[in-house]
Amino acid sequence: MYKLGIDVGGTNTDAVILDDKLNVIVSTKTHTTKDIETGIKKAIHQVVNTNNIEVSQINQAMLGTTQATNAIVERKNLGRVGVLRIGYPATASILPYTEWPEDITSILSNRYALIHGGYEFNGDPIAPYSEKEVQEKLSEWKNQIDGLAVIGVFSSINDDQEKRVAEIAHKMLGKDFPVSISSSIGSIGLIGRENATILNAALNKVIKNVTDGFSNALAEENIFNATVYLCQNDGTLMSLPFAAKYPILTIGSGPTNSIRGAAYLSKIKNALTVDIGGTTSDIGVLVNGFPRESSKAVTIGGIRTNFRMPDVLSVGLGGGTIVRINNDDSVSIGPDSVGYAITERALVFGGNTLTTTDIAVRLGFCQLGNPRLVESIDKKIAQKAMTKIASIIENGLDQMKTSAEDVEVILVGGGSIIAPSLLSGVKHITKSKFGSVANAIGATIANVGGEYEKVYQYSQTKRSEALADVEKQAGQQAIMAGAKANSIKLVEITEVPLAYAPGETTRVKAKVVGEIDNSK
Amino acid sequence: MSRQITIKDVKQIAIGAALLGSGGGGNPFIGELMAISAIKKHGPVTLLTPDEFPDDEIFVSASNIGAPAVSMEKFPNGNEFINAFEIFEQYYNKKIYGTFPIEAGGINSMMPLVAAAKMGLPIADADGMGRAFPELQMSTFVLAGHSVTPMVLSDERGNTSLLNTPDSFWAERIGRDFTVQVGATSSSASDPVTGKELRSAGVLNIISLSQNIGQLIQHTNDYVSVNSALTALLKLTHGYKLMTAKIVDISHTTSGGFNFGEIILSGLNENEGQTGKISFQNENIIMQLDEQILATVPDLITMVDMDTLQPITNEEVRYGKRIMVLGLPANEKWRTAAGISLVGPRYFKYDVDYIPIEQRYAEYQNQ
Repeated sequence: MYKLGIDVGGTNTDAVILDDKLNVIVSTKTHTTKDIETGIKKAIHQVVNTNNIEVSQINQAMLGTTQATNAIVERKNLGRVGVLRIGYPATASILPYTEWPEDITSILSNRYALIHGGYEFNGDPIAPYSEKEVQEKLSEWKNQIDGLAVIGVFSSINDDQEKRVAEIAHKMLGKDFPVSISSSIGSIGLIGRENATILNAALNKVIKNVTDGFSNALAEENIFNATVYLCQNDGTLMSLPFAAKYPILTIGSGPTNSIRGAAYLSKIKNALTVDIGGTTSDIGVLVNGFPRESSKAVTIGGIRTNFRMPDVLSVGLGGGTIVRINNDDSVSIGPDSVGYAITERALVFGGNTLTTTDIAVRLGFCQLGNPRLVESIDKKIAQKAMTKIASIIENGLDQMKTSAEDVEVILVGGGSIIAPSLLSGVKHITKSKFGSVANAIGATIANVGGEYEKVYQYSQTKRSEALADVEKQAGQQAIMAGAKANSIKLVEITEVPLAYAPGETTRVKAKVVGEIDNSK
Repeated sequence: MSRQITIKDVKQIAIGAALLGSGGGGNPFIGELMAISAIKKHGPVTLLTPDEFPDDEIFVSASNIGAPAVSMEKFPNGNEFINAFEIFEQYYNKKIYGTFPIEAGGINSMMPLVAAAKMGLPIADADGMGRAFPELQMSTFVLAGHSVTPMVLSDERGNTSLLNTPDSFWAERIGRDFTVQVGATSSSASDPVTGKELRSAGVLNIISLSQNIGQLIQHTNDYVSVNSALTALLKLTHGYKLMTAKIVDISHTTSGGFNFGEIILSGLNENEGQTGKISFQNENIIMQLDEQILATVPDLITMVDMDTLQPITNEEVRYGKRIMVLGLPANEKWRTAAGISLVGPRYFKYDVDYIPIEQRYAEYQNQ
C-alpha cells in the first residue's frame, strides 16, 4: 500500500509517494500553477509514472494547500454570510466586522444580528435565549446568504444554543445549508473566534473547488482506492467531509508540514528547522515532534483570527537570492531573488545573475548546472559571500533559540544546498536526500488531530476530572476528523488560570492525535 | 488647548496604555475595539487639558472591573456607563461634566473613551495612577483623601448598584461580589471629583503621555535603529533600560483572584551571562538582575519586544521571547511615605524598601 502526499506552496507544488513503512519511494517538484489544479495534476502524474507505481495500491492521499488563504487574501469565490451572535444584551459594544477591511465585508454582504442568549464564564445564562429571534432573522436572510456563522458567548462552556441554531437553520434553509458554529472552530476570545467562524462560512465554495479538484486529479490518474485527507494548520489531517465543514482549518498548513517533514526525515524530535526555498528561509522550532506555536494571533487578509500558527521566522535568503559584489569588493546578499526563474537566470544555468546558488557551486558545496560558468568568480569573494550567507542563517537561528546552548539543526528545502556545513551556535546539522520535498512528506506522515478547549472552575469540577473531560472531548473531535478511536494519544494539555475570576477558574486545552482510520 | 481624539489617536493611546500597564491591566485590545466602535458611531471625543477642567464641575471615572480574560469573550453592551452616569446625576442632582480614566495602564485606559463617545462628554487628561494597579484604593485620589464612592456598578442587563462605603476597602470587597454575580466583569463609574480636585490630586497629562509613547513605538521603524527609538522612548518617559534578555521561564499561580508569578530572564548582548527575575502580582512588582534589585513598585517595570518596542503584557509572556526590561519612575505622588505604604513593595508582601529607580540604577552602574 502507498500514501500519496502533495503540498501546494507559493512557488512549488511537491508530491511524494511513501510506502506503508513510510519510506519515501519517489518525489517530485513542479511549479505551482495559477489555477492550482493543473500543478497538482502534473505533480501526481509525475510521481505515479516515474516508478511505475501500481495506482490501485495507493490507499491514502493527502493534500496541503494554500487555496483557502489565497481566497481570503484575494477576496475570490467567497460566499455571502449571515452572522448570528448569541449573547445580547452583552457584547453590543463591538459589532461583528469591526475593523474588517471594507472590501471584504461588502463581498460577505455585511449581514449580522445580535440575538439574546449566551453564557457566562461559569455556565449561567446571560439572558433567555429566544428561538423566535433566530427564526425571524433566518427567514429574512433566506436566499440572501450562502452560509451561516453562529457565535455564542462562552460557547466553549456550553454549545447547546449554537447547535440548536444550526438545527433550525437546517430545517429552514435546507439540510445541506452550510452552518459554521464557533465552538468547533476556535478558542476563547469572541472577536477572533467570530472572525474565524465568519471566514469559515465564507469559504464553502472555495473548499468545494479544492476537494472536487483534488478528487478529479486523482481520478484522472486512476487513483480510486484512496481515502483523501486535507492538512490542518496544526500539522494533523482531516477527512474530506470534515474539511468541507471546516475549511478555515487548512490555512497555514505549509510551514507546519515542512517542520514535521523535517522531523520525520531526521528522526529528531527537538531541534530548529531551516527550510531554505528560492526566496526565503523559514526557521521553525520543533518541540517533541511538533512545531512550536506562535504567541501572536494570526491575521489573514487584514482580518484578525485566534488561530495559532507555527512560530516561524522568515529571513530573506534562498537559493535564488541575488549576490552583489560592490566596487570596494564588499558583498551584499539579497534581499531580492530570482525566485523560480533560477534555472534561467543563475550563472551556473547559463544566465547572467549572480545568486547564492552560484556561490555554493563555486565553493564546491554541490554539483549543479555547469560549474565552469562560475570559475571566474574570485574565490576570496565567494568565501566572503558565504560568510554573509552563514551569518544570515546564524542570526535567524539565534533569534529562535530558547537557550544559549548550541542547537541541533535540520536543514530542508530546495535551496538547502547553499548552506555551509558548519554554523556557529549549532551542534550538528542534519540533511536528508528528500529534504527538498519535506513539506509534502510532512503532509503524508501526518496523523489525525483533535483539539478542545473549555473553562472550568476547579472549585466546582475537580482538576483531574476537568483534565480528563477536555482530553476526552479532544479525542471525540479527532474521531470525527477521521482518527481510529483506540489510537488516540494526548499531545499536550495546557492550563491557564484566569486572573480576577472566582473559584479557581482555569482555561484548559487539550490536543490529541490518532492514527488514520482506514475502515472509514 | 483641548483637542479631538480620533480612531488613529485611540490606537496610539492603546499602545502607550499597554506599556503603562507594567505587565498587567489587561491587554487593551478589547477596550480599543470598544473605543473605536463608539467613536466610529458617535464621533471623536474632546480631550481637556488640566487648565480646562472647570473647578466646580463633577467628573466621574469610567472603568471595567473583574477578569480581563473573561472580557475577551464577554464584553459590555456599551450602555452600562450611560445607566451609571444617570444614577450619578440623580444622586448629585447635577449634570456630570466629564469623565477620566482611573488607571491609564491597560484596558481601563479605553473605557472613558467609550463612555465619553457614547454620552458626548469630554474626557480629562488625568488619571489616578499614572500606570495600572490591581485594587480600587490604589489611586492618587484616595491618597489625597477622596473617596472611591459613591460608585455605581452596572452590567449589560441593566443591573446597577450604587455603593456608599466608609472606605475604599469595603468598596473593593462589595464591588467584587457584585462583579462575580454578574459574570466576573462589570462596568464601574467611581471616584467622583470636581475639576479642581482632579487637577490637584490626579496624575496630569497622562493620556497625552500615553499617546506620545504609542506614537513613538508605532514609528520605531522610522528611526535609524531600534536603539535610537529606545533612546527617544526613555527620554520621553524618563526611564531606564534595565536589561536585554530572553524569557526562559514563567511560573503562574492564582490565589484570591490574583495572578502571581515569576518571569526568569536570561541576559543577551550587554547582559550576556546575567540572570534576571521579574516578580508579578498581575502587575510587575520587583525586577532583579543577578539578585540585585533594580526596580520595585510603585516605579513601573515593563517589558517591550526587542525589535519592535511593542509592550508585552504578562498574559502574552512566552518562553523564548526576546525583550528589553524598562524601568520608569512613578509619579511623585506615589513616592511619598503615604504613597509607598499604599502601593510600595511591602504592601505586596515583599520585605524590601522602596528606593527610587534612579538611585537603584545609579548604584548598579557604579559597581
